[in-house]
Amino acid sequence: MFQIRIHGRGGQGVVSGAEMLSVAAFLEGRHAQAFPSFGSERTGAPVMAFCRIDDKAIRLREPVLQPDALIVQDCTLLHQVDLFNGLQPGGQVLLNSNRSIEELGLAELTGGERRYRVSIIPATDLAQKHVGRPVPNAALLGGFAALSGQLRLESVVAAIREKFPKSIADKNIAAAEEAYALAMRAVEAVHA
Amino acid sequence: MLKQTEGSHAVAEAIALSRPQVICAYPITPQTHIVEGLGEMVKDGSLEDCEYINVESEFAAMSVAIGASAAGVRAYTATSSQGLLFMAEAVYNASGLGLPIVMTVGNRAIGAPINIWNDHSDSMSMRDAGWIQLYAETNQEALDLHIQAFRIAEELGCPVMVCMDGFILTHAYERVDVPTQEQVDAFLPPYTPRQILDPAEPVSMGALVGPEAFTEVRYLAHHKQLRALDLIPQVAREFEKGFGRASGGLIRTYRTDDADTIVVALGSVNGTVQEVVDEMRGRGHRIGSLSICSFRPFPLGVVREALRNARRVVVLEKCFAVGLGGIVSDGVRKALSGIHLNGYTVVAGLGGRAITRASLTKLFENAERDKLEQVTFLDLNEGIVRHELERERQNRRSGPTAEAILRHIGTVASGIG
Repeated sequence: MFQIRIHGRGGQGVVSGAEMLSVAAFLEGRHAQAFPSFGSERTGAPVMAFCRIDDKAIRLREPVLQPDALIVQDCTLLHQVDLFNGLQPGGQVLLNSNRSIEELGLAELTGGERRYRVSIIPATDLAQKHVGRPVPNAALLGGFAALSGQLRLESVVAAIREKFPKSIADKNIAAAEEAYALAMRAVEAVHA
Repeated sequence: MLKQTEGSHAVAEAIALSRPQVICAYPITPQTHIVEGLGEMVKDGSLEDCEYINVESEFAAMSVAIGASAAGVRAYTATSSQGLLFMAEAVYNASGLGLPIVMTVGNRAIGAPINIWNDHSDSMSMRDAGWIQLYAETNQEALDLHIQAFRIAEELGCPVMVCMDGFILTHAYERVDVPTQEQVDAFLPPYTPRQILDPAEPVSMGALVGPEAFTEVRYLAHHKQLRALDLIPQVAREFEKGFGRASGGLIRTYRTDDADTIVVALGSVNGTVQEVVDEMRGRGHRIGSLSICSFRPFPLGVVREALRNARRVVVLEKCFAVGLGGIVSDGVRKALSGIHLNGYTVVAGLGGRAITRASLTKLFENAERDKLEQVTFLDLNEGIVRHELERERQNRRSGPTAEAILRHIGTVASGIG
């Protein structure tokens, strides 16, 4: 079972993000479960959503307490929420920012026992460019497809298409595809 | 057809496939997405021959459902929490009149303090209102139970409440198999009412009944529920034949055959319990679980059979009777009358508190050592309780309790789980 926790602020599409991940996994014939956190859900308040992906039916109903991957839609949460709680050693962290790991002061996460694999996508910038609004969701999902190896880009694109009307979907898909390409270049750079 | 969709949407599809003729509802979280979905289907014409009535309250929702059902059509509504309480008088009337209304309860806590999250306090408050109550473990089962509910309700002349955990199921995206209209039509015939308000053949419904007959009318309501003990499994068997999957029925056991310890629970938490059972079985523990689907009627006989060879029973409840203890436990205890085993009540998941594998594992291991109190509140933060009791002891004008506790523990949004 692969477990993902998405952190963001109310209104950024945290819940939709988890739902689209689950749809993408479903389209690949896998079992998936997405659900919102049961915390406060006011606009701007810290919120979470969860997604589990497995090859068999998922019975577990607890929140994702030991994620394999984190998606952080808003880096201002870094100093407010215990984001990394329960993240498995070697776990994946995908941050939305146009700053570097060093600038964010997160270099220490990649070392020591934690060995987190931290990646950064300027998802809000990509959303502004393609969608015209600061909605980082689709770009992060595109980046996640490249970095996690859990999902194919085509599945994420199909999930975005299922979620939105065509004109909005097209713009979000463009953001997702650019994020995917950026992330793939980063992955290839590491392996080169 | 397999779909990845939200639980509420899956239920809306099940209702639409059941061809309701009147849907009346008032929005309340976490049930709202169900009736919103149905409203859209009526509006865009995909749900035909159905009138969608926006009402001014939950009391009106149930009253309109009663009127529609009495007029001879298939009626549906949905609610949660305070909404169910607000319609309480009409809830009793629906069953007292023998009207086969189907209602979803998206289970949510009852205030005060106000809380929108999941537990079973709402539907449990109506456990003796004369409705059949079925609890869904998964979104697939929620979908399936609604189709079965119309069959059961209309065959008996008794309303059915399908209870599904708010947020945990209503807002969860997971895989469901949505049946075809042909499959549902073959299983669920058009509604043929036993009683109907018809100007051509006038009848009275809801007459004053005095002591000369009230007991008999009430006894017959009980008799009807006892007949449901046969009908519910029969309908589940027919459903399995027609749809190719097992859903509903009275109870479901999981690895109970040689179990010393059996955990009893209702609804979606059974999934997490089964995960823990498997993990503990892997370490050699003789533990199993029992999911009660039909809470009303309470299946005393099959519960007794399932539990009689265990050494101890842990009833895990998302509700409790204040000043007494467990509610589900009472039924389980009745089922075990005369059988000597250790019984424990565990109150868990109140107001949406996560029920985790870690907490359940510790709990069940304590149960195996018979180191549990009669009534345990899972993950109760005793420090908070002590602090508040002390504060109230020191100050006569201590102010409101809930708000004082929130101030004491500080922000909650930063926690996980």
